[in-house]
Parts: sequence; structure tokens; C-alpha cells
Amino acid sequence: MGGFWSHVVEPGFFQSQTVQVALLVGGVVAAISGVVGVFAVLRGQSFAGHAFGDISAAGGAGAFLLNISPLFGFLGMSLVAAGCMEAIGVRRVRGRDVATGVVLGAGLGTSALFLYFNTTLHSTSGAAISVLFGSLFAISTSTVPAVVASATGALAVVLLLYRPLLLSSVGDDIAASRGVAVRVTGAVFLMAMAATVALAAITIGAILSTALLVGPAATALRMTRRPSTAAVTAAVIGAAATWLGCLLAYDSYYWPPVDHGWPVSFCIVAVILISYLVVEAARSHRFRNASVRDGSEIRAAGVTPHLGAASDGGHDALGTSRTD
Amino acid sequence: MFTGFMVNTWIVATVVAVVAGTVGFFVVLRGSSFAAHAVPNAAFAGAAGANLIGASSVGGLLVFAIAGALGISFLSRRGRRDVATALAMVMMLALGALFLSFSNEYASETYSLLFGEVLGVSSSDLLPTAVLAVVAVVAVVLFWRLFLLTSIDPELADVRGVRTSRVELGFLVIVAVVTSMSVPVVGALLIFTLMIGPPAAARSFAADPFVAVLLAVCFSLATVWTAIALSYLTTMPIGFFVGALGATFYLAGRAHAVWSGKRVRAASTPLEKTLRSSMR
Repeated sequence: MGGFWSHVVEPGFFQSQTVQVALLVGGVVAAISGVVGVFAVLRGQSFAGHAFGDISAAGGAGAFLLNISPLFGFLGMSLVAAGCMEAIGVRRVRGRDVATGVVLGAGLGTSALFLYFNTTLHSTSGAAISVLFGSLFAISTSTVPAVVASATGALAVVLLLYRPLLLSSVGDDIAASRGVAVRVTGAVFLMAMAATVALAAITIGAILSTALLVGPAATALRMTRRPSTAAVTAAVIGAAATWLGCLLAYDSYYWPPVDHGWPVSFCIVAVILISYLVVEAARSHRFRNASVRDGSEIRAAGVTPHLGAASDGGHDALGTSRTD
Repeated sequence: MFTGFMVNTWIVATVVAVVAGTVGFFVVLRGSSFAAHAVPNAAFAGAAGANLIGASSVGGLLVFAIAGALGISFLSRRGRRDVATALAMVMMLALGALFLSFSNEYASETYSLLFGEVLGVSSSDLLPTAVLAVVAVVAVVLFWRLFLLTSIDPELADVRGVRTSRVELGFLVIVAVVTSMSVPVVGALLIFTLMIGPPAAARSFAADPFVAVLLAVCFSLATVWTAIALSYLTTMPIGFFVGALGATFYLAGRAHAVWSGKRVRAASTPLEKTLRSSMR
């Protein structure tokens, strides 16, 4: 038995300080991304969520150029991008798509410029790769407290906005009729999401920040229709996937085809995608059986018990195919 | 600037701009910006994979770009399109990271795949680029009405028995083809910019779809030509100029729309009004 476990958890996993920092920071960032991600998915803002990751990387390159803390670079650039998207108008779904795209394009261009300056002035051409792909195993311990504190701040904002956010995710008209300041709520949420994604990007890379924002949240929303349960589930799935991914990456030093480890980003993304597909398969299996038994279509429950009248809107907000 | 290897660059960039403008018009109209960003990212992984097994990079780009399109289409059958796109894209990027870690690729090559390399166009790149460009443009022309109908009025398309999900898959495959031909020149990140900025601007200037596509092509040609010239003169990356010019065109389009009193609203740009009435 001991022999089996030493193969699952290679010796030294929990003793390594790199691993300890990765598990701690990765877990916190993943859990917070999961909670914020539930709203990002409900509101159809996955694209913006991803864009912040790429754009904040430009800020990271800029910070390196100016010799300031990368944390400010990532956060600042991401918040500026959120401001631009809000100003251009990301509230309507279709216009939002293009506005996000244009801001992302400009951000990527800036990124190209900063990386070029870094390469020519500082001769550090590896910056592009480390910023984009990141590595959980290369977190500098000095930024950890600031990252965790800011991420907790972003989480607090989202939790404070919980109710208005939920209402405006169901439908702007319903929210407005209940006295929610829809525009302000949307703008503040966008800022909080920008901050969360930027912090995830600086610690774990732009790819993983998107994966952890969207993947666990989408999985959780397939398991439950209650947003509060979904938020907790997403946080748990995100943290679990991160830890499992770290373990796999650590073990992968003994895997083919090369004698160094597989990227931790790849391991975590694979775990997230597989869990999504498994939950999805289980759900469609259950639905098929249930509809055969009842001979009727399963009606979705409302988003919250208080929104009984809006259950159709709730179904749409969580639903399967929204063409626009 | 117009001699030797730069001639290839001008030819390929012109072809890329024409195709990106044409296909980009539909990217903007269909609200497929995220997919247009995801597919080139997937292609990037393909280039890394092809490099690892020593295959041709255009082949790798094409295979992975189409795999990305199929992945998005598969995942969005039961789920929101943006979520499906995000998941398919991160998986492809993660594979790219894996391939890169296996091959110990030089960082500068990755950089040029992401951000483009104007000076790296060889004569042997010309033929594949031209072939893929013709395929993409012919496909858009063939499916012109179908793409317009499913973009403007999905419900009407449903009523007429059009399988909208298949049309979307077909469209994504075209985006994949455009991507594969463009990544070696303008890079994975910037072909996206070229498909969004100029066409989005064109949409606010023109009410007729043909005129809008022509304008989109003109804007994207202007963007690419200026970007190459500036990049050649300053040695700064072409990606920066494409990004900046794309955003400028878009803002000009928005300014024009506001100035002429036609606030661009979801389903009522002049273009969409014309289309809607012609479809009924």
C-alpha cells in the first residue's frame, strides 16, 4: 500500500517549498476565480474574462520595462482595459463582442510593442512565454501576500454585489424594476473581474486564468442551478483541479517522452476539461433517463426561490443555447 | 522597402488583408469575435506540434485550427457558445505549452508565431497562402446568403430549415483556413485584430453588405500596408501597428456613427436594417 501511494504522490511532494507555495496561491486564486467565474458565465462575459488575461500580460511586460512591480502592471492594465470596454459599451451582447475584441486587439498590439522593447533593451525574449503560459512552480514568494490580499478584495466586491448581480444576470429589465442600478453594477463587476483575472494571470499565467475562470464555473452550473451552491462548487472544483494538476505535474518528471516535467498549466487545464466533460455526460445521461420515465421535458427551476415569476428568464440565463 | 524579400511580404500581406477583411465582415456580423481569437490560438499550438514531429508548419496550423473549430462546435452543442469557445481554446493552448516544453523551442520563434514576422516570408510560402486564400474567398461567396441569413435572423433561418449549428461550424472552418495562411506573416494574435477592427469600422460606414465588405477590405489593406511600412522603417513589431490601426479604424467608425446621429444599436445599424428587410 505504501508502495502504491509513493507512486501516486512522489516522495518530497509536500516537503518542497515550491509546491507548498503553488498549492497555497494556486488554491486561493482558483477558488476566487471560480466564484467570480460563475457570474462571468451567467452574464455571458467569458470573452471579456479571457481578454483581461491577455491584456494584463501587456501590463506585465510594461512593468518590466519601467522597472516597477509587475503586480501594478498587471492590475493597472487590466483595469484600464475594463474601463475602455465599459466606455465603448459592453452592455449589449452583440456590441460587447466586438468592443471586447477591439480592446483585446489593441492590448495585444501593446503587448507586442512592450515585449519588443524588452527584447531589444533588456534582451529578455523569454518574457512572452513566461507571461502567457506562466508557471505555478515559479511564483515569487514576495508577491504572494499582495496577490492574496487583492484577490480577496475583488472577491469581497463580488460578494457585496451578489444580489444585484444575480438579478441583472437574469435580465436587466427585471433588475431595473427592482431598483438595481444595472449600469453601475455591471461596471463594478467588470472591474472586479478584471482584477481577479489579472491576479490569476500574474501568478499562474494567462491560459490558466481563463481556464480557472470559465471551466469550474461552467461545470458547477451544470451540476446545480442555485447560484450560491454553484459558486461554492466552482471554488471547490477550481481548487481541487489546481491541486490535482500540481500533483500530476510533479509526478510527470517520471513520464515519457522527455526527462523533465510536463507543464503544470497543461495538467490543470486537462483536469478541468475532463471534469467538465464528465459532468456534462452524466447530466445528459440523467436527463435522457428522466425524460423517458416522466414522458415530459424537465423544467428548469428558477434562479432563486424569490424569482419564481422570472423562472423563464432564469432558464435562459443558465440555459443551453443563446444565439445572441 | 520594395525589393528582394520584401516583395514576398507585400504580396502575402495583401492577400491576407483581402481575405481577413472579407471573412472578418462575417465575424463581426455573427458576433464570433471570441471564436476568431480562439482559432488562431489553437493554430499556434499546431505550429508548435508540427515543429516537434518535424512536419510542415502550415499543415500543423491547418490541422489544429480545424480541430479548434470542431472542438468549439462540439462543446457548444450543449452549452453556451462563449464557454465552449473558452474551454476549447485553453485546451489547445495547454497542448501548445506541452509541445513547446517537449521541443525546447527557442523563445524568439514562439514570439514570431504569436506576433508575426514580416521579414520571414519565403517564396515557398506564396503558393500555399494563395491556395488557402482562394479556398476561403470562394467559400464565403458560395455561402454568402446563408451566412447573412444566419447572422441577421437565426430564427428565420431555423424556420426555413437551415441547420444553424452546421453553418456556424462551416464558418469556423473558413476562419481556420484564413488563420493558417496568416499566422506565419501577421502572427496568431494579430490576424484576430485584422478580422475585427477594420470590418467593425466598415459596418458603421456602409448600409449595403457588398459595400461593407469592400470597405472592410480597403480598411484592412490600409492597416496592413501602413503597418508593414512603419514596421520596416522603425523595426518595431508589425503587431503593434496592426493593433493600433485596427482600434483607430474602429473608433473612427464609432465616431462617424455618433456624429451622423445613428447610434449603433444591437439590431438596427443601417446595414442590418437593409439586410433584415431584404431577407423577409
